[in-house]
Amino acid sequence: MQFSFSDDQLALRDAVRDLLAKECPPAAVRAAWTSPTGRCAPAWNALTEMGVLGVVVPETAGGLGLDEIDLVLVLEETGRSALPEPIVETAAVVAPMLAARGDERAAELVAGASAAATHALSPHAVWADTASVIVAMGSSQTVVAPREAFVLGAVDSVDGARRLFELEVAGAVPSGAPQHDESEVDLAFDRAALGTAAQLNGLADRMITMTVEYASARKQFGVAIGTFQAVKHHLANARLALEFARPLAYRAASTIANDDADRAVAVSLAKASASDAATLAARVALQCHGAIGYTTEYDLHLFMKRTWALAATWGDAAWHRARIGRAIL
Amino acid sequence: MDLTFSPAETAFRAECRDWLEAHVPRTALPSGDTPEGFALHREWERTLFDARWAVVSWPREYGGREASLWEWLIFEEEYARAGAPQRVTQNGIFLLAPTLFELGTQEQQDRILPKMASGEEAWCQGWSEPNAGSDLAGISSRAIRDDAAGGWRLRGQKTWTTRGAFCDRLFGLFRTDPDAPRHDGLTYLLVDLRADGVTVRPVERLDGDDGFAEVFFDDAFVPDADVLGEVGRGWSVAMATTGSERGLTLRAPGRFMAAADRLIDLARRVAEDADADPQLQDRVTRAWMDAQAYRWQTFWTVTRLVAGERPGAESSLVKLFWSELDVRLHETALALLGPHAELVGGEFAAWMKGYEFSLSGPIYAGTNEIQRNVVAERVLGLPRK
Repeated sequence: MQFSFSDDQLALRDAVRDLLAKECPPAAVRAAWTSPTGRCAPAWNALTEMGVLGVVVPETAGGLGLDEIDLVLVLEETGRSALPEPIVETAAVVAPMLAARGDERAAELVAGASAAATHALSPHAVWADTASVIVAMGSSQTVVAPREAFVLGAVDSVDGARRLFELEVAGAVPSGAPQHDESEVDLAFDRAALGTAAQLNGLADRMITMTVEYASARKQFGVAIGTFQAVKHHLANARLALEFARPLAYRAASTIANDDADRAVAVSLAKASASDAATLAARVALQCHGAIGYTTEYDLHLFMKRTWALAATWGDAAWHRARIGRAIL
Repeated sequence: MDLTFSPAETAFRAECRDWLEAHVPRTALPSGDTPEGFALHREWERTLFDARWAVVSWPREYGGREASLWEWLIFEEEYARAGAPQRVTQNGIFLLAPTLFELGTQEQQDRILPKMASGEEAWCQGWSEPNAGSDLAGISSRAIRDDAAGGWRLRGQKTWTTRGAFCDRLFGLFRTDPDAPRHDGLTYLLVDLRADGVTVRPVERLDGDDGFAEVFFDDAFVPDADVLGEVGRGWSVAMATTGSERGLTLRAPGRFMAAADRLIDLARRVAEDADADPQLQDRVTRAWMDAQAYRWQTFWTVTRLVAGERPGAESSLVKLFWSELDVRLHETALALLGPHAELVGGEFAAWMKGYEFSLSGPIYAGTNEIQRNVVAERVLGLPRK
């Protein structure tokens, strides 16, 4: 048993953290709300250059040939910065799926193209309008096709940077589409849920850190509000939830990387815990900030709204608990 | 990252499991917090000791197996899984012993540890006083120097002393310098509860057992040989122990995993009832998930411990989590039982008793309010007053 990351894995995380601090500060997330695409091109290009989009893609397809254990910390960082980019869909879901099919579009994704994906539990494809390839995981078939093969119907997200679309296949399903493969869809779904869980943990950590800083500086009644026990206990509760959610995401990454039999339960543990921890962190962060946190001029809302979006997508906490319940009860 | 146990660890698990299956009493022992139950538990712990399962992580010379931290966790999982009796000697073995190994003299280790391991001498913790519970530095029991006798005379009172009514010895903090600042001037002493000048009065607990005691000291003598660490340095000696108490040592994940499994069994039985509540099923799932979360967080922490890191204020997060998990788990069981929950006899009675016991978790070892302050100030870095 060696439940820890290697020095290389931690170095990759640190490099991504530094990159995102530079290329995706809150101002960049805020700018994405009003830009045409809702995305953050400088961060995406820098991540592409670092090879991050191909972490779990084999070297033969242009990737780094690593696994989900290497990827999970990277995705946590993209959550910490609320990166407005389809990195979970591209790096965790579609690129490895295409690589496993021998589809050469995997290499294009590694090189910086982006992907969108839908599933019964995540029916809105995020940033689909700028994706080069879209995967629609349906109940009877999985369609993998260029964006042009779909009709996109825009719907609005609580998170103004997330450009969401309902998908409809335009005309006939492209010929040569592989038959529906349940295990392929299950694996893609679990990777999406894991990636989203990792981002939620990063978001929770960021909101707690922001709130500790704020509560240490903000004075009321002549003292920093962080000295009040009521404020301390709110933040301790959020930190507690995160402390016990994070190892579950790391362990879930390991079950995917090793194709363990308990992968589904492990992923659901990770996603349910991360959704709950981040939702609690958002609630606590807002309460401890007070009215300033209720404004959109202040940055907190960027992280809270990403949290609410991600907590609900790729299976919310209740859905994942039900999946666990079916396995154990 | 490697989340598998080695072949040697798997073999160790099989050895534990086989021995426990062959030796765990078929019928549950009476509560170890009653006079007759304590005696029966002591016999069981002697059986454990004779087979070298009483203190698996200790050196062989004191009755252990020199098991690694991973093997110790495996043993605890198997122990709980087998439904083996609660350890009435645990406060000595898990709270005092680590401090003795670290700070005790060779003479103290050789004299005290073998008797502790065999259960011949059971230890209780003398921290709380009537006016000092979670505010440990506020204790006022005195130890007064007696140069002629070569030791200390104790005056004062300890309270809420778990199993104090049955134990042989007590480890605790006493004020040796009343003029020093409150964290200074304390000394960690090892006290014989059978000594002259010591009076032990059992106090009935919430769950009906005589598990608590008040201990009164009226010039009771403690020789210099029973000072643990330096005179006046008792606070830092005690802090080593409270880290163990809040952290891993008393609360291996196996206990909660086994309880969650029992809860699932109970839920399956209740589910046969047509009125089974789907919300209750969700609560059962949550309890199982929390036990799993506790297990993996523990493995995460243990990896760091094995690498040589020392647990810090993070142990307060661990204490918060397991104590509240334990309460939720038992609350869920009572909800499943419905009107059967209130019965003090019969096949389900252990759940109410367990519930009552679980309610002590958020109180002892520093209340959860204190723990949240510790997390806020020392883990998150929020300002003190």
